[in-house]
Amino acid sequence: MRFDIDEIRGLFPVLHQEVHGRPLIYFDNAATTQKPKAVIDSLLNYYEHDNSNIHRGAHALADRATRYYEETREAIRDFINAKESAEVIFTKGTTESINLVAKTFGNRFIGKDDEILISTMEHHSNIVPWQMLCEEKGAHLKVIPITEEGEIIWDEFEKLLSPKTKLVSIVHASNALGTINPVEKIIEAAHAVGAKVLLDGAQSTSHLDIDVQNLDCDFFAFSAHKLYGPTGLGVLYGKRELLEAIPPFLGGGEMIKEVTFEKTTYNEIPFKFEAGTPNIADVIAFKEALVFINSLGKAHIKKHEDELLAHANELTKHIKGFIPVGTASEKVSVLSFNINGMHPFDVGQMLDARGIAVRTGHHCTQPLMNRFGIEGTVRASFAVYNTKSEIENLAEGIARIARIKNK
Amino acid sequence: MSSIAAIQDEIVSEFEILGDDRESTIFYIMELGGNLADFPEEEQKDENLIKGCQSKVWLIAKEENGKVRYLADSNTDITKGLISLLIRVLDNKTPEEIISADLNFIDRIGMGNLIGSQRSNGLAAMIKQMKFYALAFQTKLNA
Repeated sequence: MRFDIDEIRGLFPVLHQEVHGRPLIYFDNAATTQKPKAVIDSLLNYYEHDNSNIHRGAHALADRATRYYEETREAIRDFINAKESAEVIFTKGTTESINLVAKTFGNRFIGKDDEILISTMEHHSNIVPWQMLCEEKGAHLKVIPITEEGEIIWDEFEKLLSPKTKLVSIVHASNALGTINPVEKIIEAAHAVGAKVLLDGAQSTSHLDIDVQNLDCDFFAFSAHKLYGPTGLGVLYGKRELLEAIPPFLGGGEMIKEVTFEKTTYNEIPFKFEAGTPNIADVIAFKEALVFINSLGKAHIKKHEDELLAHANELTKHIKGFIPVGTASEKVSVLSFNINGMHPFDVGQMLDARGIAVRTGHHCTQPLMNRFGIEGTVRASFAVYNTKSEIENLAEGIARIARIKNK
Repeated sequence: MSSIAAIQDEIVSEFEILGDDRESTIFYIMELGGNLADFPEEEQKDENLIKGCQSKVWLIAKEENGKVRYLADSNTDITKGLISLLIRVLDNKTPEEIISADLNFIDRIGMGNLIGSQRSNGLAAMIKQMKFYALAFQTKLNA
């Protein structure tokens, strides 16, 4: 598919509506992206034609559903360049993926006085599971500080790294700031002290090329719904040797090889981690989202989004009272900001009156907000279907709101 | 001193002048926040916060000649505007009037649609707290 913005927008039914009498401008993509028609059709098609439980049914529908389900796993393997599809585990989302690692890897490999490293810009879902684990095991959570621009301070990271570090769990791209972390360097440094690395890819996967073999990360977590796919579905990638070495997450059907009342033996990966009937319809539909992204190419998507962000930066930088939050040199398309003298919630509500959907608040990163001494921000996040004229409308709205308190 | 019903009618007609322009209406609500009397800084403490509001809203009340006097503040301008409307309607009324007040202006100006569900819940919490104060003063006055 060539990169034609009208053609792309035509694939997303939800975009073609009015909100409060104005055309919808959807800038809450870091919360969740909209879904192309092919994803929606696939969901409908599954329930109309293929609905069946997978992996064990001895009939045509079960066979078909199983085949489609496993085709998505293979499509994801290809999408993140994992070595084999068995390293791709389906979860409910990034949060569950991280919790899975905390409960299994954490349980087996983290002990008393071991250290887990995270950064100041983590989402709560990459903080709380580690706090719970540390409390249980008597381990310690260490936090890499960041600069005023929202970049991790490398020297401080190196100082925190030691043979005690068992895991570095870090966000690939920050949801609140947009910062892209230098994960290749981080992984290399962490491995040098024998630590494993989990990357929270919730915000990076829709923007950046992901190659888990090249990155050499040990775990990589992301969500389908931030990637033009359905909600309630996520992925955990893990290296085979690690996934084999850690215990199962949930017990139940599917994840077993043999059960007797005396002893249960577990299934092979990835099934060892997929207890119970999974989210079959959404898994199958997710493949269409990947087809959509691949048809455009991440490089073209990134270029378009970079242009949108550059345009937004250009149009807002001279607005009196506009305070950007997060000005790292490498960013995904997130414009986080405040307006002098105004509460982000009010700014969001006023933008909504213009039909512009943004997110306001702490973005599940309260420690990061505390680092900047603010309660929250307004976040406009851009996706492949957004346009320059939408950015201009946003900038106009911001300028109008800023004038109230910044004459 | 206008009755609660008369003040509500006034507010409804003021909002009618604004028409359907959502942006202007929200700007107007924010401006109304400027009408709030100064709130003592030492009263901006947790025990005066209204529970159930996403934004911070501090509310205090006292009884004066058998009437309830309210003072309130918030950290967001839209919320300040909303509470200023409530104070305009309920301040300086007897506990009985406040307790029995039917605050129909909120539905009549379509406030729910205007401010969304989160803030509507907050608004309901503010009303509840204001009526709660009135009830407390009524009990005290009748004791």
